[in-house]
Amino acid sequence: MNAIQTPVMLRVAQKKIHGPSFASLYFDHSLEFKPGQFVMVWIPGLDEKPYTISHHSKTGFAITIEAKGIFSKKAVALEEGDLVGFRGPFGNGFNILSSPDIAVVAGGCGMAPLAPLVEALDKRIVFIHGARSKDFILYPERFDTPRQICTDDGSQGHKGFVTDLLEREIITRKKAGTPPLKMVYTCGPEIMMYKIFLVCESFDIPCQVSLERYMRCGFGVCGACVCGRQVVCKDGPVFDSKHLRTMEDFNKTALLKSGKPVQLDQYFSWRCQ
Amino acid sequence: MTLHFLGKTLKNPLVLASGVLGNNKQILERVHENGCGLVTMKSIGPAPRDGHKNPTVIDLGCGMINAVGLPTPGYAHMEEEWQALETRTFPLNASIYGGSVAEYQTVAKFVAAKHPDFIEINISCPNSEQHGMIFGVSEQSAFDVVSAVKQVIGDIPLIAKLTPQAPDIAKIAKACEAAGSDAICAINTAGPGMVIDIESKMPILAFKKGGLSGPMIRPIAVRCVYDIFQAVSIPIIGLGGVTTGKDAVEMIMAGAHLVGIGSGVRYRGIEIFKKVNQELNAWLCAHDTTLEQIRGAAHGRDAVKNKGQAQ
Repeated sequence: MNAIQTPVMLRVAQKKIHGPSFASLYFDHSLEFKPGQFVMVWIPGLDEKPYTISHHSKTGFAITIEAKGIFSKKAVALEEGDLVGFRGPFGNGFNILSSPDIAVVAGGCGMAPLAPLVEALDKRIVFIHGARSKDFILYPERFDTPRQICTDDGSQGHKGFVTDLLEREIITRKKAGTPPLKMVYTCGPEIMMYKIFLVCESFDIPCQVSLERYMRCGFGVCGACVCGRQVVCKDGPVFDSKHLRTMEDFNKTALLKSGKPVQLDQYFSWRCQ
Repeated sequence: MTLHFLGKTLKNPLVLASGVLGNNKQILERVHENGCGLVTMKSIGPAPRDGHKNPTVIDLGCGMINAVGLPTPGYAHMEEEWQALETRTFPLNASIYGGSVAEYQTVAKFVAAKHPDFIEINISCPNSEQHGMIFGVSEQSAFDVVSAVKQVIGDIPLIAKLTPQAPDIAKIAKACEAAGSDAICAINTAGPGMVIDIESKMPILAFKKGGLSGPMIRPIAVRCVYDIFQAVSIPIIGLGGVTTGKDAVEMIMAGAHLVGIGSGVRYRGIEIFKKVNQELNAWLCAHDTTLEQIRGAAHGRDAVKNKGQAQ
């Protein structure tokens, strides 16, 4: 794949706002891309951060940003015509299985990397999406694939967690004697992905998880994003069950910018500054 | 290809350059498993430091430019890492830096008590105004920092890592040798250079300028190792742009005892160490020769005969 190495500067072709804190920025530039890969997004004079590609076509792509910290707030405030730099795509992307017996489980803005995957998968898959509340359900009208929604506050769909819905699906299939799930794809808060991983392990179903860590180079040299013995930007960001079993830092620790490993809650509160 | 280096046994002559991967025990172990004889930790500094904002590392195709900016948890805030490293099964090179001779000494003394196999002093990083390189461009300051560190690290071998920005790198190497350095590591990144994005009219790196590495600096590295080999008797870790077995042969012929790889990980993955080992062995076999026979070969026979051994 021909990834861009020195940033290519693109103008925001279109901007779509979703709910209270999300925006998608569209760019008219053709990229070779596999769902789950990411780009390094440079706002000159500010910073450069990794974002997964949320929309992809032959002629363009988009990234979806949740306004959380200094960078992302500035990014969602960009307007059509503004210049943004891109390097990538980087990372491995999801290993795509063609089968209807698949579940995709998204949590919050973890929907962004999963959306192009859902569009590449069979329409009969099990598609679960959880968010804080109705307003935080990304892309409400986007998919042909039916979606089961759950929210923390019950404002839409099931009141509770994505794991409830996934477990129910697995058990229903078991009781009915229908084919078990062959793969579960997930992206969302790390604690959620860890719980999905545990559910999958207990039912012997393989899963693929998309991890996030602080990144610098994006291509596996600087080591800023190491998680155990894995380099998230190069070996990942998607890891399968086999790797997750050996990644001691999964759902435990992440490195700060200084390289210091800290508990995940401390890491995420720093990342959202 | 087991060899001895400053009293330690290494499984092969390849070294992981400081600043590449090196962030925790598990990844160092993985690099070692993938064919690296000696792994180097990311440089450890006197106090917590975040390094620079992104962009910090850009691939230019013929090599990279970086200004990561010496991020470090700080030597006193790595207790879990030191504990994990106690049970390591691979030789470890601990790279350190400071902003003054006293800081180098403080970090070195603390790190020495954690028993790394080697201590490398980074007197060559161009990416901070206050640290590193300013000590590696003058013979006197190089001498001062090496002798100060040497006093506090007991019998742990000391490696001085040099910058090609020194007006005469061989003189710096000689000063380090005179101050008690056990080996020289050359080179750190070259430059610094700059790349400007012409659309936004801005330097791409947040720090604006950055060190150059990878294939584009290999001839500079080879020249530096060649010059150092003529000036000193202590062994040299030669690095700068090595990505193949033949590159390693060239570095050894210039006078390197061990060969470092850093940016090469970008181009051939972590497996580069295995691959370069295989290619190096294949070349030696095909030419019916050995590492010892080709070391310094570019200097002619007499020059090599007079060199001390690195045992």
